[in-house]
Amino acid sequence: MIAIIAIIVALIVVGALAVVVARRRQHRVPPPLAAPPMPEVLVSEPVPRPVLEDAVAPSLRQRLGSSRGVFDRVRALGTRGALSDDVLDVVEEVLLRSDVGVTTTDAIVAQLRTQGAPEGVATALRDILRGSLDRARDVRDQADEGRVAVWLFVGVNGVGKTTTIGKLATRLTAQGRSVVLAAGDTFRAAAADQLALWGERAGADVVRATEGADPGSVIHDALGRAASRGADILLADTAGRRANSTNLLDELRKVRRVADREPGEVVETFLVLDATTGQNALNQAREFLAAAAVTGIVLTKLDGTARGGIVIAIERELEIPVKFVGVGEGAHDLVPFDPDGFVDSLLEA
Amino acid sequence: MFDTLTTRLERLGSSLRSRGRLSDADLDEALAEVRAALLEADVELSVVRSFLEAVRERVAGSSLNQSLTPGQYVIKAVHEQLIEVLGGTTLKITYASRPPTVVLLAGLQGAGKTTAAAKLAQWFKQQGRQPLLVGADLQRPAAVEQLRVLGAQIGVDVVSGSGTPVEVARRGVDEAVRLGRDVVVIDTAGRLAIDEALMREVREISAATAPHYTFLVIDAVTGQDAVATARAFHEALALSGVIATKLDYDARGGAVLSARGVVGRPVVFASTGEKLQDFDLFHPDRMASRILGMGDALSLIEQAERTMDAAVVAESAGRLMSGTFTLDDFLAQLNQVRRMGSLGGLMRLMPGVTKEMRAAAANVDDGELNRVEAIIRSMTPRERRDPSVIDGSRRSRIARGSGTTVNAVNQLLRQFGEMRKMMRQMGNGTAPVMPGGRGRPVPTPRQTGSGAEVPAGFEALAAGMRARGSRGPAKGKKKGGRVTPPKQR
Repeated sequence: MIAIIAIIVALIVVGALAVVVARRRQHRVPPPLAAPPMPEVLVSEPVPRPVLEDAVAPSLRQRLGSSRGVFDRVRALGTRGALSDDVLDVVEEVLLRSDVGVTTTDAIVAQLRTQGAPEGVATALRDILRGSLDRARDVRDQADEGRVAVWLFVGVNGVGKTTTIGKLATRLTAQGRSVVLAAGDTFRAAAADQLALWGERAGADVVRATEGADPGSVIHDALGRAASRGADILLADTAGRRANSTNLLDELRKVRRVADREPGEVVETFLVLDATTGQNALNQAREFLAAAAVTGIVLTKLDGTARGGIVIAIERELEIPVKFVGVGEGAHDLVPFDPDGFVDSLLEA
Repeated sequence: MFDTLTTRLERLGSSLRSRGRLSDADLDEALAEVRAALLEADVELSVVRSFLEAVRERVAGSSLNQSLTPGQYVIKAVHEQLIEVLGGTTLKITYASRPPTVVLLAGLQGAGKTTAAAKLAQWFKQQGRQPLLVGADLQRPAAVEQLRVLGAQIGVDVVSGSGTPVEVARRGVDEAVRLGRDVVVIDTAGRLAIDEALMREVREISAATAPHYTFLVIDAVTGQDAVATARAFHEALALSGVIATKLDYDARGGAVLSARGVVGRPVVFASTGEKLQDFDLFHPDRMASRILGMGDALSLIEQAERTMDAAVVAESAGRLMSGTFTLDDFLAQLNQVRRMGSLGGLMRLMPGVTKEMRAAAANVDDGELNRVEAIIRSMTPRERRDPSVIDGSRRSRIARGSGTTVNAVNQLLRQFGEMRKMMRQMGNGTAPVMPGGRGRPVPTPRQTGSGAEVPAGFEALAAGMRARGSRGPAKGKKKGGRVTPPKQR
């Protein structure tokens, strides 16, 4: 309560300010301000279609073109022992371009500077990156005796939570496991329909409720269904939520509590992360770790041009292991994370 | 977690101030900070480089103004350059002389195309148009269903059907002609820029429907990849503009700058929330402030103007400053503020607010505001006018009446009393001390810039907020003038 009054009073002042500004504007003849450039709406004017030729600014394009194969330049330098600033600059560029982030990049470059590179800079950098990813990645899929194992999927909007669940369900049923899916995303329109279609494909049972229903109750019902059928595992979807809203994270906390209650046992909480995400991914990981005790990351959309380097920062700072990666549209394109392959792909950038 | 660029440059500036002009070494140091800030904001590396060059030229090309520290000088240059890059060209939405005007949306998976399509259709509807939505995303399960649900919410028809996406899109345009709709918004499947088959498909959709506008929908949290994506889509589709989504996240949104820089086409719309009305034209100046971490006072003031009742606010703001503010006034104000939206959202826009304040505001939910309201409504008119008459038995009556505790009532009364005292001091022009013991006197803010008058109260607002245990100064920018908060220490 302490802050409320301060905040409200502050906002009242803002309101008063708005009134003052509005009055002043009335007095003034045309406002001498550079009006925010808005698309004006004119009626019935033929629209010229944009043409491809003048589309791309060539100078910038050329500059961007040089980003590829940057690590080849490092290799070509072939430095051993102490590293020159030029070499370290190239290393920095590689890491920054992969979304590793300024802080982590600085730390890695500093480490490289002190260690030197007795066997070449490529090897040294690979070792450091590989060392950042050195932790256990086993996936727990068994609950204690008499309880249903639950995998809970959390993340921001549009990262591919529902698709990830569909793919994992397909994978698990193919291994002969009996799977129940809980359509806990009751916010996004037709999210349950999307999950139901995946359930059909995978041969998994889907428990859903109407849109706007309480996600906790959906998961509760799904647990009941899974227990009575003797299912091996429950995959629980949740609505995408931004990581800077306490209310949405509190809701998630509650969902997790419900999923962890008898007969359920949350054995894995996966944060689904989009590989194209930049520095915000670190915030996402931090907030979801605090709210939902994330045990692993599913890195999706790695089949594009994005490298997903931010997981290096996440693993170094928060020690959350990446457990699966999505490398394609197909149901079998979700595979266990391979740190060696990942580091190699970073260095090819 | 990160200091804002503004804070860091201000700090830098204080060490440079005595020298009076920027040396090359000073500038290098300042630009290194700018570079780090832009990279933290996810601006793409090459875009950062060309941006820094432009800032260097801008700074070198003009003489130092006496009223600005070198750090502020660089901030100003960066801000101006950001606005120039983000808003250089604008897009005028015009309508085809032979309707319908066709709008095609494309982008990566999960960028928010389907939601953006519905929001865009709603925007056209608000412009007095009759839009039609076409669901040509046949890839993602239930994507068309999602569009149908959203279409029903905004009262816009959705057409889709069987066949290839190209056929569906073409049929959608024909259907619009048949129904006499004048705008068609086509939602397409998410696709990776390197997926040749799918990129060919979206080109075919474009060829078949001859869109007047093609927008790339891009997620504001995108990292360095934004450039590769934007370039690939631009080469395939000749984009007319960009729609930025998920601007309600705490990301700085540098991807928008990257995409803008590469595509050379304007960012037209911005989507700022999950609700269908959280969609607006894009404002380059606000995005610039955001990338710099400067807050967005302008949006806040506009929102206040839109939603608050000017007469009510003006009246009790006057009483607030003169110290005759009553709990009735407070209640009226509370309801005005609630009309503006969630406190958390509002605080995000307010400059000079610390992370702690923001977090506190984000934690205030409707229930808590309801309790405050209940407590005040459980008081008699006399008690509201003069809270000093509230003794122990009145307190327990109020607590019972509002379903709260005596403790909560006490807390509210104490807070209200302190706040009233503070506002009276502010009104008198004395330096206020905020309640809670952590307050410290705030020096009078210095005004810089073009000499535009700043309405009284704004500095007080910024200063008051900062006094609550804040660490660094931040800049508030408003129309026509610039408020520079005081330096710390």
